Amino acid sequence: MAAPGGSVPAAGAAAKKGLWAWLNKRLPVSEFIAEQLTGYYAPKNFNIWYFFGSLALLVLVLQLVTGIFLTMFYKPGELTSFDSVEFIMREVDYGWLLRYLHSTGASAFFIVVYLHMFRALLYGSYKAPRELLWLLGMAVYLALMAEAFMGYVLPWGNMSFWGAQVIVNLFGTIPVIGPGLVEWIRGDYGIADSTLNRFFALHVAAIPLILLLLVALHLVALRRTGSNNPDGIEIKEHLGPDGKPLDGIPFHPYYTVKDFVGVGVFFVLFCIVVFFVPTLGGLFLEAPNFDPANPLSTPEHIAPVWYFTPYYAILRAVPDQRLGALLMLIAVVSFLFLPWLDRSPVKSMRYRGWMSRTALALFVLAFIVLGYLGLQPAEGLYVILARIFAVIYFAYFWLMPWYSKVDAVKPVPARVTYDAH
Amino acid sequence: MVDHSVAADDNVDLSRRKFLTRATIATGAVGAVFAAVPFIESWSPSERARAQGAPTELDLSKLEPGQMATPIWRRQPIYVVRRTPDMLARISGHDADLKDPQSKDSEQPAYCKNTDRSRTPEFLVLIGICTHLGCLPKQRFAQGEIYPSWPGGFFCPCHGSRFDLAGRVFNGSPASVNLRIPPYSYPNPQTLVIGSDDKGAA
Amino acid sequence: MRTDPRRRGGAGRRLVLLGLLAAALLPGAQAAEEAAAAKAGADWEHWRPDNNVSDLPSLQRGARNFTSYCLGCHSLKYEHWWRLGQDLQIPPDLLQRSLLPPGDKVNDYILTTMPAKDAEAWFGKTPPDLTLMARSRGTPYLYQLFKTFYVDPTRPTGVNNLRLPNVAMPHVLSELEGLKRAVFRDEITPAGVHAQVFDHFEPIAPGRMSAAEYDQFVRDTVNFLDYVSDPSQTARRSLGVWVVLFLLLFTWLAWLVKREYWKDVH
Repeated sequence: MAAPGGSVPAAGAAAKKGLWAWLNKRLPVSEFIAEQLTGYYAPKNFNIWYFFGSLALLVLVLQLVTGIFLTMFYKPGELTSFDSVEFIMREVDYGWLLRYLHSTGASAFFIVVYLHMFRALLYGSYKAPRELLWLLGMAVYLALMAEAFMGYVLPWGNMSFWGAQVIVNLFGTIPVIGPGLVEWIRGDYGIADSTLNRFFALHVAAIPLILLLLVALHLVALRRTGSNNPDGIEIKEHLGPDGKPLDGIPFHPYYTVKDFVGVGVFFVLFCIVVFFVPTLGGLFLEAPNFDPANPLSTPEHIAPVWYFTPYYAILRAVPDQRLGALLMLIAVVSFLFLPWLDRSPVKSMRYRGWMSRTALALFVLAFIVLGYLGLQPAEGLYVILARIFAVIYFAYFWLMPWYSKVDAVKPVPARVTYDAH
Repeated sequence: MVDHSVAADDNVDLSRRKFLTRATIATGAVGAVFAAVPFIESWSPSERARAQGAPTELDLSKLEPGQMATPIWRRQPIYVVRRTPDMLARISGHDADLKDPQSKDSEQPAYCKNTDRSRTPEFLVLIGICTHLGCLPKQRFAQGEIYPSWPGGFFCPCHGSRFDLAGRVFNGSPASVNLRIPPYSYPNPQTLVIGSDDKGAA
Repeated sequence: MRTDPRRRGGAGRRLVLLGLLAAALLPGAQAAEEAAAAKAGADWEHWRPDNNVSDLPSLQRGARNFTSYCLGCHSLKYEHWWRLGQDLQIPPDLLQRSLLPPGDKVNDYILTTMPAKDAEAWFGKTPPDLTLMARSRGTPYLYQLFKTFYVDPTRPTGVNNLRLPNVAMPHVLSELEGLKRAVFRDEITPAGVHAQVFDHFEPIAPGRMSAAEYDQFVRDTVNFLDYVSDPSQTARRSLGVWVVLFLLLFTWLAWLVKREYWKDVH
C-alpha cells in the first residue's frame, strides 16, 4: 500500500483506506485503538462503583474548559478580582453559566473522587500489584486539594480571604521554618495581592499541568496491571484459547457504551444543581463570599468548603494548634499507607469478615460525621463528637494491620460472579 | 471461543443496535452543539462593551469651518469635518481618478449615498480608519498640499492610500474601498449623534 | 414561654370585658390590629419575606422604593440602569423620567451621589454597596432588618435594630412605618447571668402606611434586592428545565444502547 506522500484516491472507502494508511504510517492510531479500546479486556462484573473513574476524567475536562473560558474574563488582583467575577456573572453573555459550571464542577469533582476512592477501599483495589496506581491516585487527590483551595481564593470574597488566612497560617506550625515559610508563601505580611496573583498562576497553569501528567500516569499504571473488580480476583489468571481473560470483555464497545449512561445520569444531577440550586444552600458557594474580602472583618463562621471539612474537624478537635495541624496532615497522608497496612489475604469486602466490614462502615460514618462537624462552630458537643469520630477515623487505618489479619475470610471464587444486566 | 463472556450471535438484532447507536450519537451531537453555544456566545461583546458602544454625542457649535473633530465611537475614531464651501467645490471634478465615485461598493447608510456622502453637505462624518489595513489617515485638506492637482482630502501614512474630501479612494491607492460611514443623526442642528439614526441605536 | 401573664386567671370575666371593649372600639379596630401585629414581634426571627422574583409589578415597586429611599446613600454598582429597565420591562424614557437621578445616563452603573468620605463622617461607616447583599445575608435577614427598628435614645441615630444590633443606619423608612418601642424583659440565662431578652414591640407613633402596606413595601424592596443580586436567575431556571429534559432523553437513549450491547455479555 505504498500511497505516495499526500495523494488520496477518489472513491469513498478507498479514500479512507488511503488517508487512514497514510496516518497510521506516521502515528500508531490503529494500534492504539486495538490495544487500548477494542483489545483491552476489562472485568465483566463492574458495578455502579466503577463509573467514577471515567466521570472523574469527564469533570477534569469540564473544569479545564470552563476554567479556560473564565480566565478570558477574570482579572486577578485585589482591586479587580471580585469585580471581574461579578462582571462575568452579569455582563458576559452566559457568564453566569460558565461560573456555575466551574463552581459546581469543583464540588462534583470531589464527590466523584471520594466515591472513586471508596470503591478502592471496598474492593481492595490498592493492594498488590496496584500499589503505585493507588499512590498516583492519591497524588492526584493531593494536587486536586491544592487546586481547589487556590481556586477558592481567586474570587477574593471574604471567605476566600479568611480561608486563605487560616490555611496558610497552618504552615506556621511547622517547627523552625514555619513563620518564614508563611511569609514566603504569602509574599507579604498578610494575605495580599501577591498571594492572590501567585495562586492564580498556580491554579490556572501549574497545577492543571501537574494534574494532567498525574492522571496520564495513573491511566498508564492501570493499563499495566489491569483493573481490579468487585470480587477482587485477577481475571488474567484465567485466559481463554485466544489469550484474552475469560472473565473479561473488550472495553470498547461494552464499557464505552456503559460509561455514556453514567455520563448521562451524572449530567442530569449536575445540571439540576447548576440551573436550580447552584449555591446548594451555601455548601457549594458560600454566602460570605458574596462580600468582598475585608481584612478587618472576619466572617462569623470560617469554614472551608465541604470537601475539606472532615480534615478541618480533626484539626479543631485537638486543643493544641501544632498537634492539630500534625494530626490533620496524618489524616490525609494515612491513605498513602493503605496498601501496606492491609494484611488481609483477600482483596474484596465481599470475602472479608465482620471486622473489616465494620471498620470500613465506621470509617465512612466517621468521614461523613466529621465533614458535618467541620461546618459547625467548634464548641460544646460538636468538639466532643469530633474527638470521638477522629479516633474512629484513625483507628480504621492504624488498627488495620491487626484486624485485617485476624479477620475471618470467605473462600474466594476462581471466576467472577456476574448477573446479566 | 469456548466459555467466553461475549457471544455476538444469539438474540442480537444488528439493525436495532445500529439504529439505537446512531440515534444516541445524533442526540449527543445535538447536545454537544447546544452545549457549545454558551461558550461561543460568551465571546460576544459584553454588556459593558455594549454600554460603552452606545451612541456618542458631539457639540457641533464648537467646530470651526475647515476643522476636524475626532470623537470616539465603539473604539473607533470618527472624523467629523466641517467643510467650507471651497472644500465642497473640490469634491467634484476628479471622478475619473476615483476607484468608486458612486460609492457602490463602500459601506455607508442610505442617506449618505450621494456625491458629498453626508446627510448635510456641511458636515462630513467618517470612520477614520483606512480601508486598506486599518491605520488612521491624516488630514490634508488644502488644495495642492501633496501634489499640484491634489484636491484636498485624507492621506494614509502607512502605505500611501489617498481619499478625497468625501472619503472616496483615489486610483493608485492600496486601499480599494471608500472610507466607511457610521449611522448618525442630528436631533437638533447643534448636536451630532454618532451611532444612532431613524432606525434607532446601531 | 412568651405568653402574656395577664391572660391567665379570671379568664372568663376578662374575656367578656375584652369583648365589650373590642366592640366599643370597632372604629379603632385597625389600630388594634396594628398593635397586635407589632406585639406579635416576639417571633421576629422566623419572619420570612416569601418573595417571588418573577413578580414584575413587585419588582417595579421595589425599584421605585429603592430609588426613593435607598439610592441616596447606597449604590448598586454592579448593575446597569438599562439592564434594570430591560429585566423589569420599564421603557428607557420612563426609566429616565421616574427612576434615574438627574444627570445619570441609562448606560451608567447605578451609583449613589453621596460621597463616601462624607458618609463615613456622618454615619461612622460608609453605607455598603447593596448589589449582592441579598446573596451574602439572605432575604430573611433583609426583611427582618427593615421590620425590627425600634426607638433607642442611647444611639446617635435615635434607633436600634434587633436583626443588626447597634446598626449605623438611621430608620430611613420611619415616616412610612412609624416609630415603635422594643420592650425587653429580664431573664436569667442557663449560665446564671441576667440578660435583657426581647419581649414585644409597642407602637409609639403611626407612619403614613398601615402595617399591611408597610409590610408590602418591605417585601417589594427585598424582592427587588433579591433580583438585583442575581439578575439571571429567572433565565437560568427556565433554561434549566429544557437542559434537564434533554439530558433525560439522552440518558434514556444511552441506556437503551447499553442494554442492547450488553445482551452479548454472559
